[in-house]
Amino acid sequence: MTAPLIKISNLRKTYGSFVALHGIDLEITQGEVLCVVGPSGSGKSTLIRCINHLEPFEDGSEITVDGIPVRPGPDLDQVRAEVGMVFQSFNLFPHMTVLRNVMLAPIRVRKMSEADAEKRARDLLERVGISVQADKYPAQLSGGQQQRVAIARALAMEPRVLLFDEPTSALDPEMVGEVLDVMKKLAGTGVTMVVVTHEMGFARQVADRVLFMDGGAIIEAGTPSEIFDTPREERTRNFLHAVLDH
Amino acid sequence: MDLFSTFFNIPVLMQSLPQLMNGLLVTIGIGATSIIAGLIGGLFLAVLRLYAGPVVIALVRGYIDVFRSIPLLVLLIIVYYALPFVGIRLSPFFSAVTALTLVSSAYTAEIFRAGIEAIPKGQFEASAALGLSNRYIMTDVILPQAIRIVIPPLTNNCINVLKDTALASVVAMPDLLKQATQAQALAANPTPLIGAAVIYLILLLPMVRFVARLEKRFSRGRA
Repeated sequence: MTAPLIKISNLRKTYGSFVALHGIDLEITQGEVLCVVGPSGSGKSTLIRCINHLEPFEDGSEITVDGIPVRPGPDLDQVRAEVGMVFQSFNLFPHMTVLRNVMLAPIRVRKMSEADAEKRARDLLERVGISVQADKYPAQLSGGQQQRVAIARALAMEPRVLLFDEPTSALDPEMVGEVLDVMKKLAGTGVTMVVVTHEMGFARQVADRVLFMDGGAIIEAGTPSEIFDTPREERTRNFLHAVLDH
Repeated sequence: MDLFSTFFNIPVLMQSLPQLMNGLLVTIGIGATSIIAGLIGGLFLAVLRLYAGPVVIALVRGYIDVFRSIPLLVLLIIVYYALPFVGIRLSPFFSAVTALTLVSSAYTAEIFRAGIEAIPKGQFEASAALGLSNRYIMTDVILPQAIRIVIPPLTNNCINVLKDTALASVVAMPDLLKQATQAQALAANPTPLIGAAVIYLILLLPMVRFVARLEKRFSRGRA
């Protein structure tokens, strides 16, 4: 067993008197595909947003990525360069072409040459099926296409781990599949993925491990079949009933 | 003397025109220098106002409030007539530029701040998540989007600065207005003043139209 790529211990996060995360402990190994499921407000988005410190967390909490502690300061940009993120609302840069969106970070952060960055960007856009639209602006693309560009943008940094924050929740139903297909292909390439999702089919099919969260705590963790077929906890069963039986 | 030869005396106008043109150059010189310095200062202040530590933020906020409150004419007279008492002696040109820039950068800072604050939080998060440093987040992602938003109010501010350059005539700056009043005294005829007014209009009316068009375009949706 190698050292975990991401190590989270006693992660606490509060908003005033509201406790969003109650001392989470979690280790994620290299190459693992981890899906985080649970009702809204359960803290699952907050959890992954702490990993790259988009959410600051309480003192005494500790997160390391590849051994580097996640905290404000000069190391943080380095951690973020190794941790890609895909957002619910895509957050592409609207004033840049699709190609430029993907090229920006490799040029600025990795100090890659224009030519190398462009080659990498075109390869990645090809991989996510957007090569034809490379010179368009984000607003000219459908939601599903924009999210695939966002995935290519994150991949362009060759991150150690990719975080997905409900990547299909803002999409029209007919576009969910194309994004999930790209993510499935990615999962097959051995990249570490942490996916917050409501797509139970995806979690069952692709995840190595599923985490069920509720009320700011991890209620249950296990293989997809453990969580979906033989959940031990009452709260997990109730949640699965609510989302699957309709 | 009839009205026409009093206010629209062509020979007097022709005679004073070279003088008015020199004044126009001075006006544009003061205006352009103050506008550029004000833009740079304002952007700098806006970024400090948003992202610096609490002490600096309080200082910047104080600066912005003070220089938006003080009448420009009062400030100009202080810079030109009061500062020499503490050994700071600025030429009329630099007095005018200093006063205009101090005030303009306060207004510009507020305009830039509003522009930056109008950019959705997701843009900051996406660029931070890619590992971009604060500098590149600003220069590559936030400012290019914010500048489109602030072009109409910034242009408005430029118009104000250009108009306010006329105040420089009180510190003996040979700007357009000063040249016009001198020409008027020389010719004993107010036509040069009318000429100056027309020149101000020719300079500023297109900019006013430009802002109006921009504002219409922005209010209709994204330009």
